[in-house]
Amino acid sequence: MSDVTLDKAPVAPKEETPFRRFVSEFMASKIAVGGLLVFSIIVVVALLAPWIAPQNPYDLGQIDIMDGRLEPGEVGGSGITHWLGTDDQGRDMLSGIMYGLRISLTVGAGSALIACLVGASLGLLAAYAGGRTDTVIMRLVDLQLSFPTILAALMILAFLGKGIMNVVIALVIVEWAYYARTVRGSALVERRREYIEAAQCLALPTRRILFRHLLPNCLPPLIVVGTIQVARAIALEATLSFLGLGVPITEPSLGLLIANGYEYMLSGKYWISFYPGVALLVTIVSINLMGDHLRDVLNPRLKK
Amino acid sequence: MSAVLDQQSATVAADTPIIELRNLSRRFEKKLDFAGKLAKRLGAPVREETVHAVDRVNLSIRKGEVVGLVGESGCGKSTLGRMVAGIMPPSEGTVLWRGQDVRSLNPAEAREAKLRTQMIFQDPYASLNPRMRVEDIVGEAPQFHGLVPARGFDTYVDEQMRRAGLDPAFKKRYPHQFSGGQRQRIGIARALAVKPEFIVCDEAVAALDVSIQAQILNLFMRLRQELDLTYLFISHDLSVVEHLSDRVVIMYLGRVVEQAPAEQVFARANHPYTVSLLSAVPRIEARKRAFTTVQGEIPSPLNPPSGCHFHPRCPHAHERCKVEVPALKEIAPGHFSACHLNDRA
Amino acid sequence: MTATLEVRDLQTHFFTRAGVVKAVDGVSFTVGRGKVLGLVGESGSGKSVTGFSIIGLVDAPGRVVGGQILYQGRNLAKISEEEMRQLRGNRIAMIFQDPMMTLNPVLRVDTQMIETVLAHEKVDRETARQRARDALGMVGIPSPDERLKSYPHQFSGGMRQRVAIAIALLHRPELIIADEPTTALDVTIQGQILAEVQKLAATTGTSLIWITHDLSVVAGLADDIAVMYAGRIVEEGEVSAVLDAPLHPYTVGLIGSVPSRNKRGEPLRQIPGMTPSLLKLPAGCAFRSRCARADEVCLQEPALFDLRPGQRARCFHPHLEEVAA
Repeated sequence: MSDVTLDKAPVAPKEETPFRRFVSEFMASKIAVGGLLVFSIIVVVALLAPWIAPQNPYDLGQIDIMDGRLEPGEVGGSGITHWLGTDDQGRDMLSGIMYGLRISLTVGAGSALIACLVGASLGLLAAYAGGRTDTVIMRLVDLQLSFPTILAALMILAFLGKGIMNVVIALVIVEWAYYARTVRGSALVERRREYIEAAQCLALPTRRILFRHLLPNCLPPLIVVGTIQVARAIALEATLSFLGLGVPITEPSLGLLIANGYEYMLSGKYWISFYPGVALLVTIVSINLMGDHLRDVLNPRLKK
Repeated sequence: MSAVLDQQSATVAADTPIIELRNLSRRFEKKLDFAGKLAKRLGAPVREETVHAVDRVNLSIRKGEVVGLVGESGCGKSTLGRMVAGIMPPSEGTVLWRGQDVRSLNPAEAREAKLRTQMIFQDPYASLNPRMRVEDIVGEAPQFHGLVPARGFDTYVDEQMRRAGLDPAFKKRYPHQFSGGQRQRIGIARALAVKPEFIVCDEAVAALDVSIQAQILNLFMRLRQELDLTYLFISHDLSVVEHLSDRVVIMYLGRVVEQAPAEQVFARANHPYTVSLLSAVPRIEARKRAFTTVQGEIPSPLNPPSGCHFHPRCPHAHERCKVEVPALKEIAPGHFSACHLNDRA
Repeated sequence: MTATLEVRDLQTHFFTRAGVVKAVDGVSFTVGRGKVLGLVGESGSGKSVTGFSIIGLVDAPGRVVGGQILYQGRNLAKISEEEMRQLRGNRIAMIFQDPMMTLNPVLRVDTQMIETVLAHEKVDRETARQRARDALGMVGIPSPDERLKSYPHQFSGGMRQRVAIAIALLHRPELIIADEPTTALDVTIQGQILAEVQKLAATTGTSLIWITHDLSVVAGLADDIAVMYAGRIVEEGEVSAVLDAPLHPYTVGLIGSVPSRNKRGEPLRQIPGMTPSLLKLPAGCAFRSRCARADEVCLQEPALFDLRPGQRARCFHPHLEEVAA
């Protein structure tokens, strides 16, 4: 009759940790794995650009204006084969794209990360505190989201001026609201669950409950939104640079490269705009493919 | 093993109640937001709503007692449990911990009182943080509050798990790798790890399979003996409450309608609601019988009936029941009932 | 006695990533006309999947892989989806634990009920409305005319379940499969619904399969009882026979663990251990590891033995001795 017999043999096998299950479910989609593969290659290329790029497009000493607007495959004066051609300044397009990716990715990922930190903290606070705090934060979010993103970013940049740092700031300001709303939504659901009440019973301080109990359980939707927002941030940065309000002309990102070749599009020199455009497209599509599948994998509603 | 019951009655009489509730109330108010106010101006049928989830409840629980709290949905039993456990502030009234108002305690005492009262929850899936390992779920609070030295942490967690009937070999695992019954044991180990004296069990076995229910109920009874625990056992299941309670409290729409030693309630129920509740419980001994029924539905707590809340469903209701709220009166030693019929006899 | 439904060696398996789950593995039973069969088991015993298999509602990755479900000489396991749809809600109805499985939250009750009538019968709308009103009255809903105009959210949980039952009754089905229909309800409301269902079964001659984990509910309601464990029926027979003198150690344990069958304040008799994972059931008797009577004979798969008139158990060591005492 006594109860000292211990319960043995858990139902699930030991190997099945949540992370492993997540990985195996993610790997089940060929498209998503393809996206991950392509994106990984892009990241590696961007990281290794100084070592693998044929020339340093920022070093004016390496650029010869005589090599301007060479067609893809032509060999320039410095003896480099320009596989993707050159732009009007004589910069090697392949190198320009590699270096441009660095800027685009840094700006995109960096702004997304900062926006995520800011937005998630505010969203968490809004959900847990409720009342007036919640109202103030969420009205700010509403205000932010009701503005056309591009317009808001343009206004901020017009005020701050050009520069990589300023682009990041502008992107953070226009993006944080998405994270705040996402985290608040899931935190509102999670905070009503009994494990939060149990943590309160155990007299744990609010800060600990917020960040150790509530936040980790709000992560899945945040990861999904984060992925998609990185792609959005990259596209937005490209747009801003294309419009001439983004990064400085000496350190061109993909958007600026496209802008540089824009005026030559109709005169047959398509490659100056075309290849940076392809690079941008591939980057954004690969991230979105991952993001879409992540949403399926992490969505508890789609679980059996 | 029936010494469990006998031994209690000897020790309890002298000292002050471990928990006492005085005129405890909890209201939930749904205020209208801007849009709501606007809609109201335009004539939409919206209004500010108030639910008296718990309405002036008095209850004292002595050390070592098991008090069963019974009622149907909307009766406020879970709200009451949360106020007792200190995770929901009352709207009115006081909670006394060992004779002291919990609001008058200094922060250190308040923390102490909070830790001494723990709660076991209904849903073994929602009550454990899915992203924490069992050892962290069980060990976080004792470690944080310095109840266990850093060196003794591992053995302490092992001990807590073993006491709740769990193999400490599984302490690195996550909650989803356990069955419902095992998860409930993890919840019990977590509560016991902060050395509580008083435990609120909120429908703690309702979500479990019949055969697992018996295991967990036995665990509760064993722990009560081993650790000298006091329970407030909240349940809708009368047979469970009958089995392990010393005293039973019946609630209906926020109010206590009857309160008596367990044998009394089940042998000589006084309040018509208790009587109908008892007759509605399906019994395994019954064979192809006509189910007796209480007429009517449970009224919405948003809009409870006047007077005695039970009068629209009561077979004995008379005029007075519709206007006057019956007081909880002692009708036999230790047996309280809130019914006007008792004044007629 | 003619049988309304005969299930023979039903097998429903779920083909999951982790392996094949034999949720229902060789279940056979008969439901007589106007009889109530209580299908009892714990979670994972396959009781609900059995119900869903009969009415053809097993979702992927599950599939009925074997056996016969005989209704009026037809094997429901083999008929087309279209034929099944003709039967479902018409001759065979189902009541779920959550009435919102049946009810559409955005449609008024009358719309839903009238549509249900018109789906299977050619009558005019007024007749259909009459039928809907009568059905609501039959399940004890006061002022049915008024209630017909309400939306599901305007009903309480108990009333919603009554509406769901009324919808199930619209075509006077020959068989109703009820899957834990009162589990989520309060005791007094459960009592009301059980009383209505009992009356209906007696007056309309509808057969009923009542799926539940609660032995106490079927004790007062059912004629026959079938206890399931790990996808198989381990004991079946008349209610009195099974509940008064259970044969299978699992049934004995289940009944023994009910608090009212124990002395107050004393430890409850309990079944040790827990339900095995259906993914890796051991060979032989599935209850072996939790059974005090198990020995090496139990490494063989026991058949459902006829042990007493009208009572069968899947056990090599049944509790036969108690009957003498």
